[in-house]
Order: sequence, then structure tokens, then C-alpha cells
Amino acid sequence: MADKAVDGSKPIKGLVKDRILAEICATFDNDKHRMMDILLETQHHFRCIDAHSMEAIASLVGGSRIEVEGVVSFYAFFSHKPKGKIAIYLCDDIIDRQAGEKNIAKALKEELGIAFGETTTDGMFSLDSAPCIGMSDQAPAAMVNDVILANLTAENVRAYVRSLKSGVLPKDLCECLGDGNNANDNLRSMVRNNIQKSGKVLFCDVEDNKGLEKALALEPAAIIAQITASGLCGCGGAGFLTGQKWRFAADTADEERYVFCNADEGEPGTFKDRVLLTERPDLLIEGMTIAARAIGSENGLIYLRGEYVYLKQWLEHVLKQRQSQGLLGTDICGVKGFNFNIRIQLGAGAYICGEESALISSCEGLPGEPKTRPPFPAQQGYLGHPTIVNNVETFCHVARIMDQGAPWFHRMGTPKSHGTKLLSVCGDCEKPGIYELPFGISIAELMDMAGAQDVAAVQVGGPSGQLIGRNGFHRKICYEDLATGGSIMMFSTKRNILEIVECFLEFFVEESCGFCTPCRVGNVFLKERVGKIRAGHAVPADIEYLKELSNTIIKTSRCGLGQTSPNPVLSSLKNFPLIFSALVNESEDGLDTNFNIQNALEESRRLAKHRSYIYDPDFAEEE
Amino acid sequence: MTAKTLTLKIDGIDVEAKSGQTIMQAADDASIYIPRLCDVEGLRHQGSCRVCTVKVNGRTTSSCTQPAEDGMIVENETEEILNLRRDIVRMLFHEGNHLCPICEASGNCELQAMAYRLSITQPTKFPYLQPVRSLDASHPDIALDTNRCIRCGRCIRASQDMDGKGVFGYVGRGITRSVGVNGDNLAATNVAITDHAIAPETCPVGCIIRKGVGFVTPIGSREFDCSIIGENIEGKTDE
Repeated sequence: MADKAVDGSKPIKGLVKDRILAEICATFDNDKHRMMDILLETQHHFRCIDAHSMEAIASLVGGSRIEVEGVVSFYAFFSHKPKGKIAIYLCDDIIDRQAGEKNIAKALKEELGIAFGETTTDGMFSLDSAPCIGMSDQAPAAMVNDVILANLTAENVRAYVRSLKSGVLPKDLCECLGDGNNANDNLRSMVRNNIQKSGKVLFCDVEDNKGLEKALALEPAAIIAQITASGLCGCGGAGFLTGQKWRFAADTADEERYVFCNADEGEPGTFKDRVLLTERPDLLIEGMTIAARAIGSENGLIYLRGEYVYLKQWLEHVLKQRQSQGLLGTDICGVKGFNFNIRIQLGAGAYICGEESALISSCEGLPGEPKTRPPFPAQQGYLGHPTIVNNVETFCHVARIMDQGAPWFHRMGTPKSHGTKLLSVCGDCEKPGIYELPFGISIAELMDMAGAQDVAAVQVGGPSGQLIGRNGFHRKICYEDLATGGSIMMFSTKRNILEIVECFLEFFVEESCGFCTPCRVGNVFLKERVGKIRAGHAVPADIEYLKELSNTIIKTSRCGLGQTSPNPVLSSLKNFPLIFSALVNESEDGLDTNFNIQNALEESRRLAKHRSYIYDPDFAEEE
Repeated sequence: MTAKTLTLKIDGIDVEAKSGQTIMQAADDASIYIPRLCDVEGLRHQGSCRVCTVKVNGRTTSSCTQPAEDGMIVENETEEILNLRRDIVRMLFHEGNHLCPICEASGNCELQAMAYRLSITQPTKFPYLQPVRSLDASHPDIALDTNRCIRCGRCIRASQDMDGKGVFGYVGRGITRSVGVNGDNLAATNVAITDHAIAPETCPVGCIIRKGVGFVTPIGSREFDCSIIGENIEGKTDE
């Protein structure tokens, strides 16, 4: 036990550490299911979770070190090695890359004197990248501990680092607060809402708690009937009928049922839930409370993605306020026996936790792996109890439907997609931000509104959605045509389509949970082959290979991540065939294009410490 | 308990199933073999390798986790399904470092046997990832050569559920997901050579090695040198 020997020389430190770990675990009742909170606190306190801590936590909560290690190694914001007192995560999605992330990265590396993945020797700073932190309308952006820095430039990022070095706290970095509640004393963030278009449901004048009042006058079954009649579908992307999900949970016999809000929007390019959490937290909680009444639940949970930690205090404030107003807690609104409480569960950097059963796993203190279906979460979810998991936007809609009535909501949109949809628009347009529009809007109309000219491609639904070209701009955003959780990325004619595709595949490789073979391994192969095409080495057989491999991954993957991860490849092949045909050529010499002699020699060169007389053309010159 | 009997069709053959059985269990009972690597009798179903993928009423699913239902139409040995399985088995070869000619498990290896059953003699379709993986020989009786691990988790479940120990567990995510041990190395755990997790039938490949007994059965006389994987279920082997 190497750890103990080191600690032995400084026994007090070891004991102090153990005491602090014991306190942390005790805060969460030494409950194994609160592992996420225990680990978040431990990471926060010690900047890392080392083997000793894992061992100590395991014995405190009654588990094994390998179980704790399984959780620690799953989430991006937990680390074995110490991170800096100030941990910087630079957002690395395609939008940020196109907005000049490289220059920001260079400036950060120069100012801090470290590379990505490293911590400064004094332990002050660490530098990492994060897949998408939900700020694509104000890219490039970064997280500095629990503070968001948006609209970065090489100049201002250098100034920020210098201020931090001189002792300014991250929360004091922003001189100018954002709009709306971003400037609230409980939030104080520089993030901007950028609400470009308010619709009739969410971003209009909303009367507080009218939906809840009307719901409480109804029988629970009547609430579900009304939500079903409205045609409301889950707004996270999958589009399952909300009322039906609730029905399953209500009909499953159990003592306990749970209402979970999925605030883990991680699809690159989406940020609509962030704006709802900022501007409509009351509406969200109202919707959750209605759901609790409908299915018979006393416990709710908001799963807030780790990247939105800056919103935690704000949401806690709103929860407390509602509690004091009798809108949460016991005998809500004076209804005897209607008790409901909500707690916030913070995530720790894992896109897959946006999948409802993975979200539940995470809340149970496990790695964020999806669960086997059946059983479905609505029947057997959190700790085996019926659990409904709905998106932030879905719950907000619920409150409005209860107030305005199902027909009002049902009338909006298209025959199969009802109500409005929040779209997060970013990329090459003049007015990135939030657009609340009725279902059925065409991409062309949206481009017009957003002031997007010279657009070559629009990614609808994030990386797992579709890359649409000019011949598809007439297509409509709705379940009948192009379904989306809300992410809309616009790309001008100057952008490299294959760079976008490769970036998306990189994202899936990074975010696959690794549980099933096709998603874990297959995505790596997809990315490799798209890279080969980009490098100009591809032959026609590579296109067939990509199609076949995509088919295998889609058909055999266990959850939605793998079932959609080949979409960037398939939709770009379909909608941008000329880009591929320009780069793919028959091999003239008939040699295997998958074999690169230079790469193959690299390891031998390194080991032998000299170069190849035959394969290094300039060998003789250097002699 | 009187279990309700259900009837499903697998490749056109009527198969009876008891309520609560998975498609794979029903198939096993009917002497129809559905290929599998992560699923093994006696351990809880995991559904992670996806080799047992079948089509049910036109949709693909893992047969080791999907409950059998009355009237299901299951496709098992169609060319489409076989091709999906071939890709999965190839992925497992390409993901790790599988050098059959020098592997002690050759002939007993389920991955190798599965490749032969699916007519893969040379997995060359995908690029070899050639990962750098560790060898843990710290324990006096057991060694782990993780080059050959296919992340099936059979050792994890056997240790947890049969041995009541938890020697093994998954760590990491994505392509870096691997099987770790509960301690700095295997010697630091409470593993024993008598554990079910260490039994030869638990690890389908040659990752878990029992020291001192290698090559007791010479190559050529081993299980899959003499039979095709799945034949025991299909009832084709002589009792």
C-alpha cells in the first residue's frame, strides 16, 4: 500500500484527510446512492480523487474501491490526478472551433505555461477541454471553476488569466453581467439569454402558478388525460408522448414514484434549457409539481449538467422561495396530503446522462450507463420505482397546458407535432440565440429570421441529427420531417463539411459509455475512415465500408447514442455526395490504401532511434 | 408456480417459451443456438457484447435480455443478422491484441471459436487499434493479460454474484473502458484460485490465466479444436 507509506511520514495530513472525507460522506448520510455528491465534494475539496480517497469513501458508504473507481473514471469532471485550484475547461465543440477556439487555446497555453490536460507546478491552474458547455451562441466560451466566461478573444482571455494570477476570484472576473436573471444577485453571470423570438407558450407573459392551481382542482387522472390530449411530446429529442409516459408510471403499483427533470442538455449546439432554467425556473418547477400530483409522487429531482453548475445556487434559491410560498413541501397550496420536494443532482460531465436511464443510473450513484429495457423507467426506474424523466422544456409546457387548456396547445404546430419548440440557433448567422416557434417552420424561414446568408449546411438536432444541404432547406422542423431536441447549427460555404463530420464523430467516441461493443469500438472506426477521406487517401470501397459499418452500429447498439452516432456520416454522404466524390479516387497503383508505410515505420524509428534508408527520401541528404 | 406457455417463431420454427424467459433461453431449450459472448449460464444477463443480436418483428435487439413474448417473429440465422454478428466479432478482435498462435487459450477461446463459426478466418476488415495494455502477474496463482480482454464482464458478475466478492469491476468509459481490479493489483485483492470468477469457463478468452497449468491439454485436442461453438446446444454433439 504505497499510499499509506507516504501518508505515514505525515500522519496528521492523512488523518485530516480521512476526517474530511468522513465529514463529506456523513453530509450525504453515508449513502452509496449519493456517490455523485460525495465525489463532487471530494473533487472540490482535494482537486482530485486519489486511490486513498476512493478506498476511504468505499469503506464509509459500504462499497468497494473498484465500484468507486468505476464512477470516478466515468465522469470527465472527476480526476485521479490533482486539478488546479482554478480549473479551466475550454469548450471544444465545432461552433467554438469555428469561432476561433484555437487562438484562445494558444493564448491559454502561453499564459499558463502548460498544455491541455496539465496542471501548473504550483497547483494553481489546470487546463482541459470540454465537449460543449451550452454556450454556442456566445462562443468561444470556457468554464473557470463554476464561472462561465463567454465571447472569449485571445486578448480578453489573456487579461482574465492575468487577473486570476493576481488573485482575482473567478466570480469577480466578469465586469458586465448578462441580461434578465443572469444579473440576479443569486446568479451574477456574464451569460446572455439571446432570446431572439418569443413564442406563445414559454417566452411570453406567463401568469405564475395558474397551471398548478387549475391542475389541483382536477383528479390526477384528468391531469394526465389533459396532457395526453394536448399532444405534448418529450422535448429532449426522442419525442415520446408525455401523457403516455405518465400513464405508465401512474398505473404501476408502488409506494414510491419519482419525478425527474432532465436538465442535462449535452447535445452540442443546444442551450435552450439553460435559458429556461435562467428565465423560467418557476414554470419548470410548477410543471414538475403538476406531474407529481398526476402520478402520485412525493420526490422530485432536477439533474443539472455539471457544465451548468453556475445555475445551481440560483435554482436552489427558487426552490427555497417556492417552499416558503407553500408551493413545495407539505400540503402544497393547502391541498391536504399533497407533499412534494425537489432536490438538485449535479452531473459531472457525461453526455450519455441525458439518456433517461443513464440519468437514473447516475442518480443512483453509478456510472452513467443506460439500463437494459424492458423494464422502462416509467415502470421501474430510480431504485426500482416508477420514474418519469422529462426534459426542462416539457415540464414548462405542462404548466402552460394546464393553464391554457389542451386544445389551445394542440391547435399550434402541425398535424402530428403540437405546440411550440425552442430552437437553439448558432453558427454562421447574425442572430444566434433562442427562437420559440410553432412546429412546422422551415429551415429557410429560420435562416431568414436568424440573418443567415451564404449558408451551405444546417445541422438539425445536433451531431445525432441530420446535416441538411441547400436542396433540403425547404424541410420543416417537426416530428413528421426533421425532429430535433432544439440544436440548430448553421454552416456557411466557407466551412469544411468533413471537418464538421469528423468533429461530431470525435464527440461520440469521447462520449460513448463503452458498455456495448458496436458503439464503443465502431465509432472509433468511423472516425478513422472519415479522417482518411479528409486526408485524400480514400478509395470508393471506403464509402461502402462507412455505410456498412454505420448500419452495424445503428442496428446493434444498445441505446440511442450508438443508434444515431453514424448519422453525421450517413446524412453527409446523402446530402453532400459531391464532397465525397471529389476526395475519393480509385487507387491507381492497386496498393492497399489503408496501409501507410510511414505510420507503420514510426514505432521502429522511435525504438531504433534512426531513420529508414529506403523509406525516408531525404535520408541520404542528412547523412 | 404454473408458468404460462408462450409460442414464438425463430427462423420459421415454432418455439415454446415459459413466461419470464428471454428469447435466448427459449431458443436454448428448443436446441436453437443464438451466438453469445457476454452471456453465460448461471450469470445475470448483461447484453453488452451484442453478438446475440436478433431481429424481433423487424427490429434488432439483444436476445439475451429481451423477454420472450407470445407471437414474436424472431430472425436468427439470416444473412443480415450473420453479417452484423461478424462485424461485432471483428470489432472485438481489432479492439484488443489477439494473437491466436501464441495464446494459451487458443482452442478454448470463445472469441476464436465464434469467429470460426461465423466463417471469419482472418479478421482484417477494420484497422487494428493495437492498444497498449497491462499484464498483471502480481498474484502467485493468477495472471491477467488484458490484451485479450473483450470487456464481457463475466468475471465481474461471477465475482460479485457467485463468489460474493467484487474482485473485478469496470473502469473508464468509451474505448478506454476496461476491467479493473479492486486494489492496486490482483495480489492486493482477496481473489482466490478457487473463485468462480477464475474458473476456466468464466473468461471466454485468454485474459484470466491460471498459472502453472498452461498447455495441460495440448493445442489440437481442445474443446473448439474438436467442435463448433454452440453445437452442444444444438444437440449435434454426441453425448
